[in-house]
Amino acid sequence: MSLEVKNLSLKIGTKKLLSDINFKLGSNEVVAILGPNGAGKSTLFKVLSGEHRHYEGQVILEGKDLKSWKASDVAKLLGVLPQSSALAFPFSVSEVINLGRLPHSTGRVLDHQLITEAMSKADVSHLADALYPSLSGGEKQRVQLARVLTQIWQKNDLGERYLLLDEPTSALDLPHQHQTLSLARDLAKEGVGVLAILHDLNLAAQYADRIILLSEGLCVAQGDVKTVLTPQQIESLYGIKVTVMSHPEHHYPLVVAS
Amino acid sequence: MISTLSTPINESLLSARERRVRFATLLLIIALAVSFLASVGIGPMQVSMLDSLSVITAKLGLHESNVSATVDTIISAIRLPRTLLAILVGAALAVCGAAMQGLFRNPLADPGLVGVTGGASLAAVSMIVLGGTSLTFISEWLGQYSLMVASFLGALLTTSLVARIATTKYGTSVTSMLLAGIAIGIVTGAAVGFLTYLADDSQLRTLTFWAMGSVGGATWQSVLTAGSFIAIPLVLIPLYAKELNALLLGESEARHLGIDVEKVKRRLILLTAIAVGACVSVSGMIGFVGLIVPHLVRLTLGPDHRYLLVLSALLGGLFLLVADIVSRTIIAPAELPIGLITTLIGGPFFIGMVVYRARSNAL
Repeated sequence: MSLEVKNLSLKIGTKKLLSDINFKLGSNEVVAILGPNGAGKSTLFKVLSGEHRHYEGQVILEGKDLKSWKASDVAKLLGVLPQSSALAFPFSVSEVINLGRLPHSTGRVLDHQLITEAMSKADVSHLADALYPSLSGGEKQRVQLARVLTQIWQKNDLGERYLLLDEPTSALDLPHQHQTLSLARDLAKEGVGVLAILHDLNLAAQYADRIILLSEGLCVAQGDVKTVLTPQQIESLYGIKVTVMSHPEHHYPLVVAS
Repeated sequence: MISTLSTPINESLLSARERRVRFATLLLIIALAVSFLASVGIGPMQVSMLDSLSVITAKLGLHESNVSATVDTIISAIRLPRTLLAILVGAALAVCGAAMQGLFRNPLADPGLVGVTGGASLAAVSMIVLGGTSLTFISEWLGQYSLMVASFLGALLTTSLVARIATTKYGTSVTSMLLAGIAIGIVTGAAVGFLTYLADDSQLRTLTFWAMGSVGGATWQSVLTAGSFIAIPLVLIPLYAKELNALLLGESEARHLGIDVEKVKRRLILLTAIAVGACVSVSGMIGFVGLIVPHLVRLTLGPDHRYLLVLSALLGGLFLLVADIVSRTIIAPAELPIGLITTLIGGPFFIGMVVYRARSNAL
């Protein structure tokens, strides 16, 4: 099954933020959304996560229109990692991650086990007892990732699981950027569809199965990495000249400004 | 993906706080029981704690009363209702404060700040001043309930107004809600001032006493009437603990966790309006309880609403009960309005919080 977007358009006031977007996210792939600032990437996420409801077109989750799903059921299938979170109250890291189990009622023994696993996946185990507001930006981002992971960690009979990541690497150092995205790859192998907004073209090229390019609310290209990341495409999208090379070992495209 | 190895539960992770919560709950219950007996015993006619206990157990039908009829009357007609009212009002104000702070993700939020208290007091003052003249029809119709119903409606009306101002089709803005609440608080304050100007001498005395807050007028009737209103939110608000925890992450995040954010907001606003309306009508303006108490609980036990709401209720009840004991003993035989005491403690506390938050850049 899939998370599918059909003829999606969204207007706020008279401003058209998204026009006629179509794509399908399978439950075993990583898809990256790229595009300049203001292209409508975050708006698209808000539609997929049920925050904007006055759109035209359809969002179909596991064969059923998103609007006819119960919010509490969607939460069991769809995890959303926000760009940043405003939590200012002194929850400890493990308490924040525990909030990811809120849609489920599986008992604390299992919850605790899932939390421990998610913490180690997101490399925050050593922070378990630290207070969230005292963490650095990157640590906060990884804690939030662990929270979202515990939310969709287990398969359930409602359907396949999906993970939306809004710039998951924006505050992370190099090793953690790669750790996060290889985690996304692992999840895809387990049957979780991952949709990630990214700014780093090379990270997208290395980890995504497919890329969707957005510009001014329009989907200007989508497809596998090599067909989308061409010099012409990137130049028309971002307005800068680039050279696209092939990675010497892994043969995915490398984009360098020229 | 779950490892088949059974990992032993790390006791230190989640249980350290829980042990402290259990300890604090026990401590608060004991303190509340002791203060309860002290409050019943203290006054112009001193009654020992043992005698107080025996009066209460006799009232509950456990044995024959063995104290003098005077003591019995003083305790059962005056001190018991007063003590119960102080606990009820303190608990309700503290729980409402905790709920609003969670709702607005701001530890400085307080029923006073979003206009609930202002609206409730304007309505109540209108009833006090105009109840005999232009609003006679209401006071005749509702009788003893007129003040309570007016306060509740005032609270509900202002909160709905504030909520309406702050809500667009994209959700409720916390900032506009706080700002609108502050503005409405100022306007209702001015209107109360105008009504005070119209009031005659005896009304003025009621008003002054009422504006500074007091549980001194408690009778069994007022305790039961206000209590039945207060009990509803006191029981229902703690049921929203999980939702409030999720809301602390942010409204979008709460929505992603499957919570109907708008519904939760509407219900909590209604419940706090009921509680604050009832409190204001029966005890006047008692400030800062909703600010201090949850803050102290959070400071010692963390922000988890599963503990915060219940413990705030206990500590709030204890806090106001102790404040009331102080208010009637400190300048005995005269009595200091309880609102003065809570405000004298709460004002500097509030400023301290603001300074601390400004310093730590957290506001």
